[in-house]
Amino acid sequence: MILNAAVDSAIAIAERRIGKPGEQVFAGRPYVMIQRAFLAFKGSSWFVVLSGFVEPVLYLASFGYGLSSLVGPMTSSGDSISYAAFIAPGLLATSAMNGAIYDSTFNVFFKMHHGKVYNAMLATSLGPLDVAMGEIGWALLRGLTYAIGFMIVVAPFGLIPSIWGLLAIPAAVLIAFGFASVGMGVTSYLKDFQQLEWINFIMLPLFLFSGTLYSTDAFPRALQIIIEALPLAQAIALVRDLTLGQVHLGTLWHILYFAVMIVGGLFFTTHRLRSLFQK
Amino acid sequence: MPTRSTEVVIAAHNLKKVYGDFVAVDSIDFKVRKGESFGLLGPNGAGKSTTMRMMSATMERSEGELMILGLDPKQDSPQIRAHLGVVPQQDNLDGELTVAENLYIYGRYFGLSRAYLKPKVEELLDFAQLQEKRNEKVEALSGGMKRRLTIARGLINQPEILMLDEPTTGLDPQARHILWDRLFRLKEEGVTLILTTHYMDEAEQLCDRIIVMDNGRIMAEGSPAALIAEYSSKEVLELRFGSNKNAESAKKLAGYGDRLEILPDRILIYCTDAELVLEKINHDGMKPLTSLVRRSSLEDVFLRLTGRTLVD
Ligand SMILES: Nc1ncnc2c1ncn2[C@@H]1O[C@H](COP(=O)(O)OP(=O)(O)OP(=O)(O)O)[C@@H](O)[C@H]1O
Ligand SMILES: [Mg+2]
Repeated sequence: MILNAAVDSAIAIAERRIGKPGEQVFAGRPYVMIQRAFLAFKGSSWFVVLSGFVEPVLYLASFGYGLSSLVGPMTSSGDSISYAAFIAPGLLATSAMNGAIYDSTFNVFFKMHHGKVYNAMLATSLGPLDVAMGEIGWALLRGLTYAIGFMIVVAPFGLIPSIWGLLAIPAAVLIAFGFASVGMGVTSYLKDFQQLEWINFIMLPLFLFSGTLYSTDAFPRALQIIIEALPLAQAIALVRDLTLGQVHLGTLWHILYFAVMIVGGLFFTTHRLRSLFQK
Repeated sequence: MPTRSTEVVIAAHNLKKVYGDFVAVDSIDFKVRKGESFGLLGPNGAGKSTTMRMMSATMERSEGELMILGLDPKQDSPQIRAHLGVVPQQDNLDGELTVAENLYIYGRYFGLSRAYLKPKVEELLDFAQLQEKRNEKVEALSGGMKRRLTIARGLINQPEILMLDEPTTGLDPQARHILWDRLFRLKEEGVTLILTTHYMDEAEQLCDRIIVMDNGRIMAEGSPAALIAEYSSKEVLELRFGSNKNAESAKKLAGYGDRLEILPDRILIYCTDAELVLEKINHDGMKPLTSLVRRSSLEDVFLRLTGRTLVD
């Protein structure tokens, strides 16, 4: 088996894909992108990695403990909970979004335009869907690591009152998946660094108004409906349901929301990569 | 010597590429045979790179037909690319990785195994003479070293067809000659070479057959020797009279050779025996500042076909 793999030529490998679904765009090898990311990661600074983990913890320390004496206990679906326990899921969801957006926009933009790294990849038998899935996969691995780190830090403080809270980790990955698959497609439209700034411009209000730090009940009903349709509010609601153990049918809706976002985003991104590099 | 094959590996018919409403490649026809080395020659913007990109199945054609190894890139582009080695005009090495990692991961993109790639990477590091730099990031390489690495990378999958877009631009003369030697060896092993170049000597040395392109069209096609025989004379006499006297002197030179070409800085006289013509001109009392006798080259073919010099 191993010997066989060793003598396999690039041609034999490519020909095995003939007749498989999506053979034009997918070589069945997104893992080589992850391997590339690991190699690049080894040679990069640990500082960037650490910052993704530290950020939500700092927010939690500052708001959770700083504000909780002012805010007092909160009620969520009838349960009384501490303010820190209320915002912890919001911060976890937000950091999942931030990490995924960073990886799928800034990182991808740089590779698209400056390194021309994707041009090189797509001159091999690799397809655009491999590239998209690989890049997104890497973003998810990072998201997973951060989510686990966050949980390890906050759980001992009693901020994850329910055992359902364990599922907040895969939920964070699901959220990251949704944002990364759409983010990469959006990035393909951006022409310069200035346009990249728009992304920050959208992300900050999303963070401030999506119910991270207080419930969206504070807004008038009409505004509330709009906000709740946005992905970050969906993400926060999903993680909060889980960490507080308030799982109900609505929780499934949030999951479905991200499933649709992922599938749509992957189609969109693959299509864009094809028209950008192979047309 | 490779056996001259008649097997066609690339066939283009009415091949066209349009960017927006700009026609970059204008309905061209050509064939490349197995084992030959095929050159695309032309000035900046002629459409060479565009043609190369379509042949490397990385860019879709706008119109016409294109078959690569019997496959149509519209249907089977990943399978086609598995047969090819591609060296783009602009290096697109992975700046986040080291020299050796660049080769290794590129092989992984083809799905090649670690067991195959380990010795292959060593072989290619030797080929590119980059063993000492193997653990450096790509940024630490000079322009010529990057070029060598890009070429080595194109060989990772043992390609049947190697496509080189201006392979030696940026290389010093010694590195160019070493590369030519390597390309010759690949050719002997039966690899089909397709290359673009601005260097006439490169085309004459390396190519069995050439197409000369201008404005997206093919102006002429043939072996270097045949093109020279067809479009130029045996020898050329280059004369300089000083920049403002060239045009005036040209009037007196009509009739000395087969044909005259007046460039801003010099006059070219096409003839069979340039020494003889020079003697006559001196004898008739004209005093060029400098004179040069040389063989006709592809440069002259190009000048004849387009009225322009190839290297600005
Ligand atoms: N992506 C693109 N979008 C629009 N126009 C393009 C694009 N790529 C090339 N062109 C145009 O198509 C023409 C042919 O370009 P191409 O790169 O094929 O030329 P070339 O023969 O390789 O030139 P050079 O010797 O400078 O490399 C040029 O006029 C160029 O401006
Ligand atoms: Mg070019």
